[in-house]
Amino acid sequence: MNHTNPPGKITTGQPAAPVSLAAHRRNRVYTIITLSGLLGLTILVASTIGSAQIPFRTSFAIILSRLPLIDITPAWPRGFETIILYVRLPRIMMAGLVGAALAVAGAAYQGLLRNPLADPYLIGVAPGAGLGATIGFLVLLTFPWIGFGLIPLFAFIGALGAVAVVYTLARVGKTLPITTLILAGVAIGAFLSAITSYLFTHFGRYLHGIIFWLMGGLSMSNWNEVRLIFPWIIIGIVVIWIHFRPLNVMQLDEDQAQQLGIKVERVKIILIIAATLITAVAVSFTGLIGFVGLIIPHAVRLIWGPDHRYLLPLSALVGSIFLILADAAAHGLIPPREIPVGVVTALCGAPFFLYLLRRKKGLSFF
Amino acid sequence: MIELKDVSIGYNRRPILTGINFQVASEEIVGLIGPNASGKTTLLKGINRLVRLFTGRILVNGIDIAIIDRGALARLLATVPQNPTLPAAFTAFELVLMGRTPHLGLLRYEGSKDIAIAWQAMEATQTAYLAERRIGELSGGERQQLVIARALTQQPKAILLDEPTANLDINHQIETLNLIKRLCREQRLAAIIAQHDLNLAAQYCDQVVLLHRGEIYAKGTPQDVITTQNIKAVYGAEVAIHPHPVNQLPVLYITAGEDKEVLAKGKR
Repeated sequence: MNHTNPPGKITTGQPAAPVSLAAHRRNRVYTIITLSGLLGLTILVASTIGSAQIPFRTSFAIILSRLPLIDITPAWPRGFETIILYVRLPRIMMAGLVGAALAVAGAAYQGLLRNPLADPYLIGVAPGAGLGATIGFLVLLTFPWIGFGLIPLFAFIGALGAVAVVYTLARVGKTLPITTLILAGVAIGAFLSAITSYLFTHFGRYLHGIIFWLMGGLSMSNWNEVRLIFPWIIIGIVVIWIHFRPLNVMQLDEDQAQQLGIKVERVKIILIIAATLITAVAVSFTGLIGFVGLIIPHAVRLIWGPDHRYLLPLSALVGSIFLILADAAAHGLIPPREIPVGVVTALCGAPFFLYLLRRKKGLSFF
Repeated sequence: MIELKDVSIGYNRRPILTGINFQVASEEIVGLIGPNASGKTTLLKGINRLVRLFTGRILVNGIDIAIIDRGALARLLATVPQNPTLPAAFTAFELVLMGRTPHLGLLRYEGSKDIAIAWQAMEATQTAYLAERRIGELSGGERQQLVIARALTQQPKAILLDEPTANLDINHQIETLNLIKRLCREQRLAAIIAQHDLNLAAQYCDQVVLLHRGEIYAKGTPQDVITTQNIKAVYGAEVAIHPHPVNQLPVLYITAGEDKEVLAKGKR
């Protein structure tokens, strides 16, 4: 990257760029491998954090004993194993999946909308999920025999419904102009939030339970939820990632992207569906965790550059690691009390991001 | 080779251009001239299938563009738009390599062949020394040349350029047009250049097409089309036209005058 030519030397004819391009790509691949290792380490470290006093070594040993090819004879109380494997680990997995989903969806929206303020919630997911969950809570209060396990379903339907309405309203003929999409998203969002606020003023005393959901949190995670969201989030991330080249080319304007052979409208639809789906799946269970989807892609772009081929997987890894650590801090800092994880993500993430922004002041975002 | 046969194109319901007929052979440069809003850019967009084709047929290398896939069209036809948006954080080489997009599937990485083609295009446009610079740091002229390099990287049969010299100084204007002329010859490209500067159009184009209110007002060699009468009729401007002292191509001379409205008021 820091390849400079001595003044006066004629460089034409030397294959300098292709060679350094290969080096650049190798570096990115190494970064992805390193961060994957770091993610594994983060999972191990986060499993040692919690209100129950389990020694560091024991938590490590319990997790490692569950990995294939590793044989450790259990020398710990049964209870420790339950806490690590059925309380802490699903929570960590949930945090990792949701962090990856939000970061990748954020990167996809930012790339698609060519707008640095875009995040996974911009075109209706958040207000839709919020209203869905609130209505669901009220319905389930009225008919408690249905079971409160269905709140995520209501949130999911609300999120997808809101985006579907935004999408339909924003369409002009056969095209989907980006500005219209953002404006329709903001307008529908305001409308749905207003309904949610109204429900709160009217039924506020019944709705305490939902406030926690709205602030976002991972404390209720279990393996069933992890199993349910895992395939969706992985498939969504892969679908977005295989569109890295259209996303790169669409950083030019849409006319140029079409002149380079990209079917712009089709790519938009696929990416909106995939990004919305993984966001909706994530927030249905964990509520509205803010900041990850906005800041992680920007941080990755500032450090490793704008090429979506690497931006998307790196965002997934960094988003994962970041949310696992933030959640560990949320329940580990002042046990047994829990700080909402959204508070931690913003409190730790914002200063770090501003530091990056100032350090690379001269560089443009996209 | 580009052929337009009785083409009418426009937006949504209304055709902006009608009855457009002309051909561009390989190695030939056709200049598209005409006043603002005469439809030059719309015509280029029509050949690119970015606006609606109402009637007629557009053939590139004998292939009807209406029936092929966008990727196939991008392998036949490259475009250098006017003032393109370019992402500031990508490097010059990454931008040029984007020209390989129509040749690559979703999951195919650019191989050494693609990299070599992009690199050759940068050498042909003398932009190789910019390869690792970020687009945001480059000047307007450098960006223009990179977009031309990107177009070459598409390995097209025809190339469309929308006012490629609009924001360039005189030296860069000449360099850019010399480059386009050389590339057309070397790579056997058919080129259409939308051009505001009639002197440059006269010097560089083999044929010119003069557009007026959505129709072709005149077409032919620069000597036949760029005449005092035609310029007066289409642009409404009074100019003197004389043959170039070296190559006899038409050259426009303008004379400072007074605002017509002021004159009209004075007469009243």
